[in-house]
Amino acid sequence: MIPLEWYLGLSAALFCIGIFAVLSRRNAIGILMGIELMLNAANINLVALARYMHPHILTGQVFAIFIMTVAAAEAAVGLAIVISVYRNAEHINIDKITTMKW
Amino acid sequence: MEFLTRITELTWLIPLLPALAFALILLTGRKGPGQGAYIAVAGIASSFVLSLLVIAAVLSRALHGHEFEAFAHSAPWMTVGGLPIRMGYYVDQLTAMMLLVVTTVAMLVQIYSIGYMHGDKRYPRYFAYISLFSAAMLSLVIADNLLLFFISWELVGLTSYLLIGFWFEKPSAMRAAKKAFIVTRVGDVGFFMGLLLLFWYTQSVNLREMFAHIPAMMSQTIFGLPALPVAGLLLFAGAVGKSAQFPLHVWLPDAMEGPTPVSALIHAATMVAAGVYLVGRMYPIFAFEPHSITLTVVATIGIITALMAATIATVQNDIKRILAYSTISQLGFMMMGLGVGGCGYTAGLFHLMTHAFFKANLFLGSGSVIHGTGTQDIREMGGLSKKMPYTYWTFLIATAALAGLPFTSGFFSKDEILLEAFHANQTIFWLGLVAAFLTAFYMTRLMALAFWGEPKNKEIHAHESPKVMTRPLVVLAVLSLVAGYIGWPTKNIFHHLVHFGEAEAVPFSWTVALLATGSAFAGIGLGWAVFMKRVISPSVFREKLPWAYNLLANKYYFDEIYWAILVVPLFRITAMLNGFDQKIVDGMVNGVGRVTVLMSVVWGWFDKWVVDGAVLLIGAITKLLGRLLRFTQTGMEQDYVLFMFVGILMIVGVYLLH
Amino acid sequence: MPTITLQQFMFGAIALVILGSAILVATLRNIFHCLLFLALSFLGVAGVYLLLSADFLAAVQVLVYIGAITVLMMFALMMTHRVMTTDISQSLTQWWLAPLPIALGIFAVLFRVYVRHGGQALVDTKHHAVPTTGIIGQALLTRYMLPFELASILLLVAMVGAIILAKEDKSDDPA
Repeated sequence: MIPLEWYLGLSAALFCIGIFAVLSRRNAIGILMGIELMLNAANINLVALARYMHPHILTGQVFAIFIMTVAAAEAAVGLAIVISVYRNAEHINIDKITTMKW
Repeated sequence: MEFLTRITELTWLIPLLPALAFALILLTGRKGPGQGAYIAVAGIASSFVLSLLVIAAVLSRALHGHEFEAFAHSAPWMTVGGLPIRMGYYVDQLTAMMLLVVTTVAMLVQIYSIGYMHGDKRYPRYFAYISLFSAAMLSLVIADNLLLFFISWELVGLTSYLLIGFWFEKPSAMRAAKKAFIVTRVGDVGFFMGLLLLFWYTQSVNLREMFAHIPAMMSQTIFGLPALPVAGLLLFAGAVGKSAQFPLHVWLPDAMEGPTPVSALIHAATMVAAGVYLVGRMYPIFAFEPHSITLTVVATIGIITALMAATIATVQNDIKRILAYSTISQLGFMMMGLGVGGCGYTAGLFHLMTHAFFKANLFLGSGSVIHGTGTQDIREMGGLSKKMPYTYWTFLIATAALAGLPFTSGFFSKDEILLEAFHANQTIFWLGLVAAFLTAFYMTRLMALAFWGEPKNKEIHAHESPKVMTRPLVVLAVLSLVAGYIGWPTKNIFHHLVHFGEAEAVPFSWTVALLATGSAFAGIGLGWAVFMKRVISPSVFREKLPWAYNLLANKYYFDEIYWAILVVPLFRITAMLNGFDQKIVDGMVNGVGRVTVLMSVVWGWFDKWVVDGAVLLIGAITKLLGRLLRFTQTGMEQDYVLFMFVGILMIVGVYLLH
Repeated sequence: MPTITLQQFMFGAIALVILGSAILVATLRNIFHCLLFLALSFLGVAGVYLLLSADFLAAVQVLVYIGAITVLMMFALMMTHRVMTTDISQSLTQWWLAPLPIALGIFAVLFRVYVRHGGQALVDTKHHAVPTTGIIGQALLTRYMLPFELASILLLVAMVGAIILAKEDKSDDPA
């Protein structure tokens, strides 16, 4: 019997590593990786809580599936953007893309 | 029988189909079949077929001799102050009759419009509007509660506004549309107050539940006045506005700026009859006792309107305006019929039906004339009978019906109204006869100037309209002839269907019939003598009684009176307020200004040294802060995300620490 | 010292794999290696789902994350190969440690919340694990029909969008 807190702690740790990756990577693909880690952390949370609160209702798992769908869509679009940025700028270093500072 | 009863459960489809057509035309626009015209016709034709089935169901039930029971269905709609309100439809003989009239005329008019509106740059929009109108009008007819009735009522008003102003490039059309909208709104306010009053006393908007509360309302008073007549008169105000009764009739003649088929459908056959229908529908509110005060008012307004409009019509020269005043006059007749009580209820509504057919016929005929000649002035026409045979013969039949010649539909219905008036109130009866005489006279004048004689303007080369326009005319002419026979005096089927209280019609009276026919023939004879034989010069009236002629030609100066007593005072008040503004407010402002100038000299010094110094200081500080803050604007998304997380952390941290 | 069950031991091992590989994902210089560790981390999450007796979800995790997303990223990496081959720092050059306190702070907050409120209103999970695939399928096609359809539309839109975004603009480049 694993306490629920373990899952939640794992999820929190994974989430924070994801945040760190998003904030510290300069490669756009690395940032996308960090986002995927964060989404996975959220999924663990959902499934674990559903399992411990209402084991007979699979709402948490269904939601996790929807999150995976969104993650897949996000990865596809994000990577397409990365590729089109690469084609225009010849690099994908996010710290060099500073068009927001005009 | 079983099948027919089932059909009535589909009554809600009748208004829905034109509404669907409206939506479809909006979506397809010019790409729709026939640029949307076929969609509109298909929608209203399906409604027409359904209406036929509904009326068959009603007839089979009514003629079986059993006590008639209306078809009604409703569904929960909303809750107002804890009161559930249901929306639904209610089909009795009156509804069925109206359904048939509205769908028949609407269908014929829409077919006719295919030809009449051909080549218009807003062709699809026209059919969209007219479909919306049909939908609103039909839902008004089948409404089982006063609220839905009111909503549909406003919707037909809106479509009427849109269609009057259909050619909004013309300033006159634009003004006419606004006038129609605003003038009818005056009546609508009354209608709505009446609705609220009834809702207040009966705690329901459902028609039958309202009627059930009438005995309880008899003793109620409001501001010291008996509540029931007040509510009835308020409702009647709405009918006065919509049916262009005195004194709110001024919008209808101007409404002729719209396309002619619209005038036929909305401003002759259906929408203006909605006021009469309202009185008919709410008749228990009006006739809570025989010869109630409400009914007296209805009858009085009716006869005043009938006479006034008929006299004006005798001197007008615009073919559509003559017909518009004729419509007002005939609507007055209907109101009069409803107002005299007894079987007048049947008579008024019977006249509504026959009038819808022959007046739609007349308007469509006039549209055909305008289409063929390019003018609306009857003084420029003449001799059209040979060039436009279909238009001429159908117009002639409808004219006979309007004048009330024997064995046309108008004869039966008008005779019935006069018969009731004869029994109820002799004054109204004789005035009604005068109105009938005038009707025959001005229609003969119209025929004589437009169709008979020789062409007056050689530059106009009249031609017959296309078949798509003449076919509906023929159908309507046949209806104008035969529709009256269901009200044959000795075996009155119509009365058997639509009646209020009295089970048997008042027996036919030769006196009344002969008097009515006599006045009609007298009118025709006079018209013939003046405008064909020229026994009396047409201008003799103008020369001998110039004041009377001017009074009529200027429509009793109603527009001028309204302008003087409503619009001008409004401008006066505006001008007065403007003067107040200029003299007093401006004076004060100037005085204040002078003081200010004095003060500013003193303040100038202070400003220069103290305030400016402070401002410069603040500017310097801002610059410094800006220079510092600029470092946070790196243009790098990751930095911004970082700041965001810092912010979240701070917020959550504060929340957790407390 | 409390005894540790087999389940708990497995959880610990899996958690170690997940967190370890995740930290490597966030810190390694070679972005290609990062991707491999990301796949390992996803595999670990699938293991967690198995521990939570969410068999269907574990399968989907492997299929979607490892099978689709990781491979997709691999393609993207190959197409932007110049970045991969040059041996430059993959982290931000300036103040790259700044996110660390932020991440740790958020972890502290989350952990505090979980420890204080996490253990309430729990039910016993010692019942037999049932296959979830059928139940989820039924839920998706009945109660969650609308979100399900919306998700399919989202995927379609994302697909079209990705194609349009990544498509080479022929008009600018005649070759």
